Amino acid sequence: MNLNAVKTIYVHEMRRFWRTITQSLVSPVLSTSLYFVVFGAAIGSRIDQVEGVGYGAFIVPGLIMLSVMTQATSNASFGIYFPKFTGTIYELLSAPVSFLEIVAGYVGAAATKALFIGIIILLTAFAFIDIQIAHPLAMIALLMLTCISFSLLGFIIGIWAGNFEQLQLIPLLVITPLVFLGGSFYSISMLPPVWQTITLFNPVVYLISGFRWSFFGVADVSIGLSLLAITAFTAACLGFIWWIFRTGWRIRQ
Amino acid sequence: MTAIVSVKNLRKAYAGGFEALKSINLDIQEGEILALLGPNGAGKTTLISTICGITTPTSGTVTVGGHDTQTDYRAARGMIGLVPQEISLEPFETVFSTVRFSRGLFGKPRDDAKIDEILAQLSLADKRDNKVITLSGGMKRRVLIAKALAHEPRVLFLDEPSAGVDVELRKDMWEVVARLKASGVTIILTTHYIEEAEAIADRVGIINKGQILLIQDKAELMAQMGKKQLRIDLAVATPDIPAALAKYELQRAPDGRSLTYTYDTNGPRTGITTLLNDLQSAGLQMTDLQTQQSSLEDIFVGMVKEEA
Repeated sequence: MNLNAVKTIYVHEMRRFWRTITQSLVSPVLSTSLYFVVFGAAIGSRIDQVEGVGYGAFIVPGLIMLSVMTQATSNASFGIYFPKFTGTIYELLSAPVSFLEIVAGYVGAAATKALFIGIIILLTAFAFIDIQIAHPLAMIALLMLTCISFSLLGFIIGIWAGNFEQLQLIPLLVITPLVFLGGSFYSISMLPPVWQTITLFNPVVYLISGFRWSFFGVADVSIGLSLLAITAFTAACLGFIWWIFRTGWRIRQ
Repeated sequence: MTAIVSVKNLRKAYAGGFEALKSINLDIQEGEILALLGPNGAGKTTLISTICGITTPTSGTVTVGGHDTQTDYRAARGMIGLVPQEISLEPFETVFSTVRFSRGLFGKPRDDAKIDEILAQLSLADKRDNKVITLSGGMKRRVLIAKALAHEPRVLFLDEPSAGVDVELRKDMWEVVARLKASGVTIILTTHYIEEAEAIADRVGIINKGQILLIQDKAELMAQMGKKQLRIDLAVATPDIPAALAKYELQRAPDGRSLTYTYDTNGPRTGITTLLNDLQSAGLQMTDLQTQQSSLEDIFVGMVKEEA
């Protein structure tokens, strides 16, 4: 195990985060604050409780998930796409490192950044709304799992992308709709029955539901199913990345 | 001397069927500078990429220091430093941090003094904290070399080190290579500049269309190049070479109007004076004299053409 390499990649990636700390943090905090003002205070004041939780508090887990998923994906995809773009990927390919070490370095850093942003947003939420966290340990664990799994997804996107447009494409076309339709701002039970069934095919539903359960003890789907879904998603991403490095898809001739 | 890099029956065929490498066999001796000479598209970069792990071989094996690059890639790659043809660097990193990154990536513990030493060796000490983007092309190439040396490899691959570099910088690069060799590093470089191979290599390999056509000690090649030919045009065609001139082993042109004498410029005597005297004694009248020397370029062009 080349631990030095993992550490080197991780530290290198985190340095970029610290270099751009203002833009890394200001924009998610600002956009979340806007959501709180618009949905929490303005519209939320006209909405009754959802599942026994005030609307302002109800959307907190969904908002955190929205930011964390987007940030994890874009951080990880950029992290591995940039060496492809500058050509410095030759160094990764010729270094005595295994695919797991490369992934651990890049995904570890991207997940850390996303986790950091998730926590900042949670702290921002405390400034607006009074919330109690029912299962804090489970909340942290689910948050970390989400950070890791979406960073893995981002890593795949970064390897797949042939240009900067494609890099933006998946987060914009896939992740944002899935998160919005995954119950970030509403309970699945509020949907008509047909849509409730369709929604169950959206993997993000399980993440948000599980995460919301850790806050309020209520969920759209059972927490066991949520955990299973996250684990399956993480395993699928890891499996795909393993295949990428085995075949050299898009990185090795 | 023992082979530090050993390439056996290495083949690389791309999905489209193009065969970039056709069963390459090559032993690189520890401590030598080997220049791989070949036209564009000959397979030089593919060969280097395959040895370094960037390209997966279709078949064949490569060992570095006895370690197979496929089955024991960690040990093999740890011994190799690669300087790519393209200048591929992260623009916003400082020289020092990008070189330190390379060292860590290759699993070596952090050693800032070592990195400073490498930077000094490449005359980059004063650029230590500059961002890569602010450097000139020649300096960037040095940074690439510094990155490749950061983990103290025993074998260094330089892919076209002087492509797009002006004459002065090229000479500079040759000095860097000479210093590296003196420090015990084995160097394999690709080039399509014949002068470059002549100037710095111990051995020269000629590669074209995925095959190594020749690999020879440079001194031997130079000895071949030391051969010169003197062509003597005659006023009147001669039906045969006079017996008195037999010792010169002259070659008669088919039309008999010229004779060619091959001699060694490195020898103590070229024999030209006595030949000219003997020609006169034999009654042959000369109208013109011409000398020509075969260069590495002639050998190279000849071989590459033959292949075409």
